[in-house]
Amino acid sequence: MIGPQSSLVMYEEEYQQIVVLLEKLLQESNSKVIFLVDKNGQLIAASGETANLDTTSLASLTAGNIAATGGLAKLIGEKEFSILFHEGEKDNIHISIVGGRVILVVIFDERSSLGLVRLRVKKTSMELASVFEELAFRSEQESKSADSVSPFAEITDDDIDNLFN
Amino acid sequence: MSFINYASREINCKIVYYGPGLCGKTTNLQYIFNKTAEESKGKMISLATETERTLFFDFLPLALGDIRGFKTRFHLYTVPGQVFYDASRKLILKGVDGVVFVADSQEERLDANIESLENLKDNLDEQGFDIEKIPFVIQYNKRDLPNVTPLDELSRLLNERKVPELEASAMTGEGVFETLKAVAKLVLNDLKKGG
Repeated sequence: MIGPQSSLVMYEEEYQQIVVLLEKLLQESNSKVIFLVDKNGQLIAASGETANLDTTSLASLTAGNIAATGGLAKLIGEKEFSILFHEGEKDNIHISIVGGRVILVVIFDERSSLGLVRLRVKKTSMELASVFEELAFRSEQESKSADSVSPFAEITDDDIDNLFN
Repeated sequence: MSFINYASREINCKIVYYGPGLCGKTTNLQYIFNKTAEESKGKMISLATETERTLFFDFLPLALGDIRGFKTRFHLYTVPGQVFYDASRKLILKGVDGVVFVADSQEERLDANIESLENLKDNLDEQGFDIEKIPFVIQYNKRDLPNVTPLDELSRLLNERKVPELEASAMTGEGVFETLKAVAKLVLNDLKKGG
């Protein structure tokens, strides 16, 4: 598993696998939007009707939400609450933790049901967890390998100054 | 920690503004939000009480531009400064890449600054960070007010590690972008080292 303080690195191949899994879950659970967020609040991937959604804010608030409920869990002697569910008038949000590090968010309306979402999320979570296992293994191998050069190794002070111009 | 996405060619980093209550953390973010071009910023979110005191956090996503073909995104967060929100403060430090300590330069807030800095050290330590190594800058805010502690005294009391320190007045915006730039520089340099 990826440690809580290590950088998360995403490669093209694993990203494509994740997108395929999210698309499949979207179809099978009959939901509106699905997104995957790092526990630190970074959006990893999104699928479905995302055009009118502020996914960056959603990602950050979801991570805040998981962090706050995680804090609550510890106070009562639980490790974490692995599933959260918010019920609205039209739309509902189902949030679950995958592989201890990433958060899977499913937004659905009356075309689906909590039972169906839970069932499909459970299966997809296991598949996603194994992709993240591979990802962790790969990024560890790459960081150890002597000939891998970080694309940021050559960053100069000028590059950084240019960002602010 | 930072999120490097080779698929979308993006680097995401998290910066947290820390400091005692009413020192100007939210004001820093508001100024950055107001002065940043529409296409470079997302929505600013403030989870605040009815009296505009930060309850959980403020959040501002910024896209600064490209660096070596990677889009650089910074997610800025503030913590609630009031002493009794410590449980929330700890949560926001999770996965942080760089910290800005905003000190309130007013004489009567000197003890509050020291207390908040100690609290930051404890909380970073609890999250497994090394306060001696994490990218860190100090901003002496409210320099425009009349009753401020002299700079050398603040520096002696708050900046043991001799990290970059900047004078600011977040209300007028003086020093705000300089502070952001200073911390961004340290974070990107850290990334360069393969952090």
